[in-house]
Amino acid sequence: MSGAITNLSTENFESEINSANQPILVDFWAEWCGPCKMIAPILEEIADEQEGVIKIAKVDVDNAPELAQKFEIMSIPTLIVFNDGEPAKRLVGAQGKHQLLDALSEFI
Amino acid sequence: MSDSHQTVVIIGSGPAGLTAAIYTARAELNPLVIEGEPSSTGDQPGGQLMLTTEVENFPGFPEGILGPQLMADMKAQAEKFGATFSTRKVTKVDLTTKPFEIWIGNPDENSPTHTADAVIISTGAQSVMLEVEGEKRLLGHGLSTCATCDGFFFKDKKIAVVGGGDSAIEEATFLTKFASEVTVIHRRNELRASKIMQKRAHENPKINFLWDSEVTEIFGSNSVEAVKIRNTKTLEETELDLEGIFIAIGHKPNTSLFIDKLSIDNLGYIKTEPQSTKTNIEGVFACGDVQDHKYRQAITAAGSGCMAAIDAEHWLENRQS
Repeated sequence: MSGAITNLSTENFESEINSANQPILVDFWAEWCGPCKMIAPILEEIADEQEGVIKIAKVDVDNAPELAQKFEIMSIPTLIVFNDGEPAKRLVGAQGKHQLLDALSEFI
Repeated sequence: MSDSHQTVVIIGSGPAGLTAAIYTARAELNPLVIEGEPSSTGDQPGGQLMLTTEVENFPGFPEGILGPQLMADMKAQAEKFGATFSTRKVTKVDLTTKPFEIWIGNPDENSPTHTADAVIISTGAQSVMLEVEGEKRLLGHGLSTCATCDGFFFKDKKIAVVGGGDSAIEEATFLTKFASEVTVIHRRNELRASKIMQKRAHENPKINFLWDSEVTEIFGSNSVEAVKIRNTKTLEETELDLEGIFIAIGHKPNTSLFIDKLSIDNLGYIKTEPQSTKTNIEGVFACGDVQDHKYRQAITAAGSGCMAAIDAEHWLENRQS
């Protein structure tokens, strides 16, 4: 089975982040955000290729404004990598697959 | 010659590039579109319309159409006729050889990634930044270049838009959906924006104007808190408290790949012959915002993309005979 992308909500966010046994990259996005749509297929590819190494999850900021506020998201897409339950890296803005993999190299 | 030889390579995939792709694909030239890589600044696949919402002035859509949807439709139309796409960024070109040579990825590789008989350049333009203290540090922390992406995070906040053209006024109007107050900060005492956009802005009770003013510094520890404003006439400096600032002061052409390789005018745009998309190198054509600092509309870009496709087709035919 290929790497699945988990949709996180206010309810399951904490438990998913804390129970992850690998780094988890959370994509804060929204339906109305063009650049978010551009990186969605790239994140799917990374989820497939890096299955077991890094997990990919998404937060729709329309449905979870509390999470966006908690992590002080002011621009999307914002990607936050959580390691052992703590934010370890933050990337703001859309970027290509190669740049993204470079930025994630410490986790993969 | 590299394995990946193409008759036509199109660099860039906004309205100009995709229209060129539709026309060259229908002419059975099997174009390859090197569409760029995702970014949030204006050089992404689909071009600047990917950062907009409703497009109201593209003919054929009386109800308007979303920018990203229009671009997805143009791409689908090009693909339908056989255009192929590479979601990469061109890193180097050599236009002194025939066929032309194009690199993606490492520009120091010995052999190019693609070669092409004809090249159509449609790399567009991207937002100009203010280049003031605090700007880089606060990008994504209250400072934004994409109102449609980030407006949502400024609910009931006091914000500003810098600029006086169509994109600034469109952003200001859009942002009133979220913000409590939007101040348009403009260097002059009148707007460059189209009459309809101006009217909408003037009638909007949430929008106010700060004329003859430029932002010289942006303050904030973790996110934007205030800006320093200088009056362009009196040179008097004041501070304005706000929680968000959107930059829409204009665009610059994406021509860094072509400096010293093609004739470029003093504003940085690729020079084309009048009534044509021909550059100073035979077989290299330019269309859309990369060669147009006057009109810069989706429809004019699409029109010039069509011209480039026809110019390229004629050039290829005459060269073969």
